[in-house]
Amino acid sequence: MDVVQIVFWCFAGWAILSALLCVTRANPISSALWLVSTMFSLAGIFILLHAEFIAAIQVLVYAGAVMVLFLFVIMLLNLEETPRDWNRWMFWLAGAGLSILLAAQLVALRGYSPQRLANEFSSMPSPDPGLVFPEGAVARQAVEARGVVGALAEPLFQGYLIPFEITSILLLAAVIGAVVLSKKRL
Amino acid sequence: MARFAWLTILLPLLGALANGFLAARRPSAKRLVSLIGPGVLLAAFAVAIGAAIEVAGTEEAIRIQLWTWMPVTERLHIDLALQLDRLSVVLLLVVTGVGSLIHLFSIGYMRSDPGYARYFAYLNLFVAFMLILVLGASLPVSFIGWEGVGLCSYLLIGFWFEVDANSDAGKKAFLANRIGDFGVLVAMFLIWWTLGTLDYAGIDATAAATLPLGGTLATVIALLLFLGCTGKSAQIPLFVWLPDAMAGPTPVSALIHAATMVTAGVFLVVRTGVLFSLAPFAMEIVAITGALTAFFAATIGLRQYDIKKVLAYSTVSQLGYMFLAVGSGAWTAGIFHLVTHAFFKALLFLGAGSVIHAMHHAHHAVGAHDDAQDMRNMGGLRTAMPWTFRLMMIATLAIAGVPGLSGFFSKDEILASAFARGDHSTVYLVAWGLGVAAALMTAYYMARLMAMTFYGTFRGGGEVEGHLHEAPAVMTGPLVVLGGLSLVGGLLNLPAVVGGGQWLEHWLEPVLAPANLLLDPLHLPHGTTEYLLLGGAILIAVVGLTLGFRMTLGRPIPLPADTPAPRGLARLLEGKYFVDEFYQRVIVGPLVWFSKTVLWRGFDQFVIDRIAVAGSARLAQGLGWLGSRLQTGQVALYVSLFAVGAVLVLRALIGG
Amino acid sequence: MLLGPSLAVSAILFAIGVAGVLIRRNAIVVFMCVELMLNAVNLTFVALSEVHGMGGQIMVFFVMTVAAAEAAVGLAIILAIFRHTQSVDLKSLNLLKG
Repeated sequence: MDVVQIVFWCFAGWAILSALLCVTRANPISSALWLVSTMFSLAGIFILLHAEFIAAIQVLVYAGAVMVLFLFVIMLLNLEETPRDWNRWMFWLAGAGLSILLAAQLVALRGYSPQRLANEFSSMPSPDPGLVFPEGAVARQAVEARGVVGALAEPLFQGYLIPFEITSILLLAAVIGAVVLSKKRL
Repeated sequence: MARFAWLTILLPLLGALANGFLAARRPSAKRLVSLIGPGVLLAAFAVAIGAAIEVAGTEEAIRIQLWTWMPVTERLHIDLALQLDRLSVVLLLVVTGVGSLIHLFSIGYMRSDPGYARYFAYLNLFVAFMLILVLGASLPVSFIGWEGVGLCSYLLIGFWFEVDANSDAGKKAFLANRIGDFGVLVAMFLIWWTLGTLDYAGIDATAAATLPLGGTLATVIALLLFLGCTGKSAQIPLFVWLPDAMAGPTPVSALIHAATMVTAGVFLVVRTGVLFSLAPFAMEIVAITGALTAFFAATIGLRQYDIKKVLAYSTVSQLGYMFLAVGSGAWTAGIFHLVTHAFFKALLFLGAGSVIHAMHHAHHAVGAHDDAQDMRNMGGLRTAMPWTFRLMMIATLAIAGVPGLSGFFSKDEILASAFARGDHSTVYLVAWGLGVAAALMTAYYMARLMAMTFYGTFRGGGEVEGHLHEAPAVMTGPLVVLGGLSLVGGLLNLPAVVGGGQWLEHWLEPVLAPANLLLDPLHLPHGTTEYLLLGGAILIAVVGLTLGFRMTLGRPIPLPADTPAPRGLARLLEGKYFVDEFYQRVIVGPLVWFSKTVLWRGFDQFVIDRIAVAGSARLAQGLGWLGSRLQTGQVALYVSLFAVGAVLVLRALIGG
Repeated sequence: MLLGPSLAVSAILFAIGVAGVLIRRNAIVVFMCVELMLNAVNLTFVALSEVHGMGGQIMVFFVMTVAAAEAAVGLAIILAIFRHTQSVDLKSLNLLKG
């Protein structure tokens, strides 16, 4: 087990722990703060996965902007600690059971590696993942040539230009919507 | 003229429409109605004579194709076509001729009735349907008429529907006829199924080649057709409606329930004679049913007091003779008796109508409420109504079988035919014996009727007697014509023994040839046997008449109120063998019970209303309630279900 | 390689998020759990982008944009509801009841 993996598991463990606490804390403020903690550790994992730019905006947008918005709303509503926030025990059981089932199903994905993906993807007997998925290699070369941001910017502003522009319209609509909804009297 | 035979149907139909219109809009226009009603019939009679002259010149049937009625498939192709041949033309003449006379008589009889126009509308309609029945070239076309006359019969029996008993009698007639019609319908399906045609010509042509002689199918078809005839022609077991049908106006009884409609069954048997010839067993059934009906109806007639009831049972009995004839294969004798019976029985009914008319008006004049039809209230009417008396006497002698008159020849031919068939099966000998006994009783009850009505002294009170008077000329006129026909009707088919040429026999020969081909020829008795039979018949008529007059006039006739309750056999006869009561107990009662408890309460109210109607509503409500239980409004529940779905989808995708 | 472990962690985080949505009644906390689920999916995208190229990361970019928009509108809705009912308890919000 090399250092990267040790660091990964540290972040992963921390993320899971914070997520659990976020779900279980009675006080919404602590829930929100534990969620911020989860996002930070996820940002760490993103760096380990060579997605430094995503890690950066994870911290900036999510942990910084979105969660601050949450905290503002919680404080604005002046929500007090609600100890009996839980649903009935039936939901408790159902929720826990269902999510354990879901996790059990999805955790089966842990066995995946690039090699296995390539095996499933290609009909050849043990193919080279680099040959089956050439985009990965192309991306790595682009990162080496232009850095992370450059490598991400090129497809974003070429192939995904129209979706990118549409997101700006979406954000505009969201801003207007939020203003309309939250203003007491227009 | 034969090409215009459809006019004989159209004219009465138009008359019915016109009279119906007048009945609805202008019931007081009696003069116009009197012009239209009998007028269209006389016109139709004229057309019929023209058609008959043309038919006389040919042996072929003339087919008049009006239009295609049911062009369903190549096989099921029914035309609305008429067939004029020597058989249908005889019926055509009888229906229009006797019909015209009865229409004329009705002018006088119904004069003061408020439903005058309605009456003539029904009567015209009846004639139109009767002619469709007679002239139809195929079973379905005849069936239109068959049903139509049933409808008109129902309408006319219940003509005075304000009295419940009258409309009940109409319903009874209708229902009894429906039972028979069911038989005709099934027979029609079977005929189409086996022969592929419903045309009479087609049946005549194909039946002998397709159906084996004496086969089950032919027997079933013949018996089903005969079931229809028992309904329409009031034979055992469906005869019960005809006596009740006397609730209608008397001319209606004369036209529908004596002269024409009730003989439709005989006509149908002769028309489909081929099918009956193929089924000897069915023939035996027809003959014995006819003989039994003739016998038992005659016994009931012995003890009736209502003048019309006596004639009604007499009609049932005479119809039995006709079926005895056709059941013996003596088609001509059946038709012969049909024609002569139409003459003398119409005469008897109209005469009875004349008597009732006089009694009714006399009662009305003095404000009495006695029964105008009860013979016990009559007596000695011959002085007041000499013409009616004379003409009814002719008819009585004719029906009793006095030599020389029409009934003698036709009845004698029937009995001789049945006797001759006795070679084949003893059934016919039994039938012959019953027929002879019925003949004796016929003479007896007719003599009794005449004696109670016209002889002795009037029993209804002197005041009433003073108001009795003969019917107007418009009523006696038709009686005179019918009297003449009753006298000479026998000339139609005068037997060889008295030097006759058996004209009707030869006339009908081409029509009956296909049926006769399949039957053993009848060897009518000759020589000594024939003279013995003739002598016996004459003796029976004379003895019956003498006995009837003697026994009726020999002792005082009590008024209705003073009549002692009958005992023993008399009670059985007066109660009409309690057949009605028997049917009520055995068929109607259980049927009503079944309808009420099982069909109404059980099926309709419980199964349909409660289970099907309310149940489906409840089911929908229940399912909706279950569905609404799911809609708790709790987001958590929705998400849970969503998650369950997600888990299941994942299981299908990944987890093998 | 971190692909398999990343997918596993993502699965666990996602399941925790689902559990939170099912269990909690506080609308804001439920909302946060939804954000947690989005983050778990983001992790999957990023992990797979190592094999499949930049598309995964671009998708994460879009997810974040949508999440931001959703947070803005969603929180505005919660504010409006709170103003209406003085509560953010999902149990009291049962207008969908049949």
